[in-house]
Amino acid sequence: MSTQESLLQVRDLRKRFNISGDFLDQLQFKGGKIVRHQEHVHAINGVNFDVSKGEALCVVGESGCGKSTVARTVMGLLKPSAGSISYKGERIDHLSDTALLPYRKKMQMIFQNPYASLNPRMTITQTLEEPVRFHNPSMSGAEVRERVKEVMYSVGIDPGWGVRYPHEFSGGQRQRISIARALTVEPEFIVADEPISALDVSIQAQVLNLMMQTQEERDLTYLFITHDLSVVEHFGTRVAVMYLGTVCELAATKTLFAEPKHPYTQALLSAIPRLEDNRPNHIKLQGEVPTPVNLPTGCVFHGRCPYANDRCRQEIPALIAQSDGSQVACHGIEEGRL
Amino acid sequence: MNTQTLEQRPTAWERFKASHFLHSFRTDKVAIISFSVFLFFALAALFAPLIAPYDPYDPAMIDIMDSEIAPAWSEEGDERFALGTDAQGRDMLSTILYGTRVSLMIGICAVLMQAFLGVVIGLAAGYFGGRVDSILMRIADVQLSFSTMMVAIVVLALFQAAFGAELYAKLAIFMLIMVIGIAEWPQYARTVRASVLAEKHKEYVDAARVMGFKSRRIMWRHILPNTLSPILVISTVQVANAIISEASLSFLGLGMPVSEPSLGSLISSGFAYIFSGSWWITVIPGVVLVLLVLVMNLLGDWLRDVLNPKLYKG
Repeated sequence: MSTQESLLQVRDLRKRFNISGDFLDQLQFKGGKIVRHQEHVHAINGVNFDVSKGEALCVVGESGCGKSTVARTVMGLLKPSAGSISYKGERIDHLSDTALLPYRKKMQMIFQNPYASLNPRMTITQTLEEPVRFHNPSMSGAEVRERVKEVMYSVGIDPGWGVRYPHEFSGGQRQRISIARALTVEPEFIVADEPISALDVSIQAQVLNLMMQTQEERDLTYLFITHDLSVVEHFGTRVAVMYLGTVCELAATKTLFAEPKHPYTQALLSAIPRLEDNRPNHIKLQGEVPTPVNLPTGCVFHGRCPYANDRCRQEIPALIAQSDGSQVACHGIEEGRL
Repeated sequence: MNTQTLEQRPTAWERFKASHFLHSFRTDKVAIISFSVFLFFALAALFAPLIAPYDPYDPAMIDIMDSEIAPAWSEEGDERFALGTDAQGRDMLSTILYGTRVSLMIGICAVLMQAFLGVVIGLAAGYFGGRVDSILMRIADVQLSFSTMMVAIVVLALFQAAFGAELYAKLAIFMLIMVIGIAEWPQYARTVRASVLAEKHKEYVDAARVMGFKSRRIMWRHILPNTLSPILVISTVQVANAIISEASLSFLGLGMPVSEPSLGSLISSGFAYIFSGSWWITVIPGVVLVLLVLVMNLLGDWLRDVLNPKLYKG
């Protein structure tokens, strides 16, 4: 555990989506009886983590492992099915929209697609000024404009461009504007849901550097969702590796890259292409990610894990702290056989 | 430097002059002709009291001896009355001008009413979804399953029977607007709901929710402006439809009274004289009505093509 003050605590978070349609679709005829049958996608299955003040916690994992669902649930866009989310010790997951309002100023979000995250019918100035006015009703018009101007400068957008519409900007510029929008309410915590994956590689670095620079200037804390491991190495203080809706390893970036412990993390890291690729063969996992509709029993990874035994097939492993500060959810590690 | 960039920005008018919208209007002859015809009728209706040689609402200016005079260009014509007179001796030109005014006003006000009801209900249904959506859309289905004319005939006939023709004559405009407005709102509600369903999953709506904005603000300030083009398109067609509905109701004797005729009641009042040779009382307002509705439909088609080239050109 980090010794620093913990900003956000996520405990045993679960989210499932009903995919069985409306009531009539759920009725099925089975063995001479009409049965109501419901199916769920288990997007998150008991996720635990803390975000400490000032750090950038990266969440990595392949598509469909629930990274974005975690981000959206933390921000209150989705209601969790179970578990709790606390911000500075206060539970926020069950609050009403009005009660959540003070937290909206402190927690903001940056979205994946800069082409969809700005309202096409609002000019940049309108987009940026609206949140300021909304959260600071006592501010005068001049103060609002001053705040917006300052934020626009800080993300590298000329305030003179404010009269334009989003379609007049490139992807990178739009993402800067999205960042500016999040910064207008002066948050202390930002959830970034794959903020650079829709951008050109050449622009990715710029936006990433901008985010690191604002982190320093404004003392921000990030929860950074990504599937790009090189970004994690560059950006993250700590890393949470997710697989099928669970966190399988949570460690400081350096520790994780130097010494991955969980078999899935090991396989994931071995898949990064390197220039000096003279290492032994990549770890090849057998099979595919199981469907989140019918979760495997026990450890979600057991079907593909070369070290799985009977205990792995029956018992769900918990995140257990290791001597070097990392946390791993693996029976093999716990028993010391790996 | 900032002021410089600001000055370089084109004004709204300059942007409009350079827009695709204006360009496609200029290159489309049908659109230009339709728009000029519509503008002609609209201006004529708006300035009817200034243009019309007589006031058809003023009984003192009507002489029964002038009744059924043919248009000025025919042999029996009288040059005082360019388009002839009707059975009561009213100047047809003035009456048509005032009638167009009444028809257009009913059409536009009824559509404003439809649009208001439809947008509010459609936004709520699309944005909140779930049970709210099901209930509102089932109400819309029920409303749609009754034809506009049937609802209007029943309501107006009952009103006339219950409160007498005299009170009805006073309230006719208001009643027609209400009935046509209420009967056709599902058109808007469905269109708006469909657009809202498409918009509400876009990230800018999530961004607005993360900002803590209230549902009402998100619906009206963020989603509604993005659904405006389909609303604009159906509005043109709906005004034409409302004018036709009003004309049909007037023709059936449930619309505007004879003393304040709309185009429909003019056509209806002249219908009795068509076999006695006074064709102009029916035909001339009929032509005006057909033209008005036709150009509005053509404009609506053009607008639909311009605003949504992907969906409809094919």
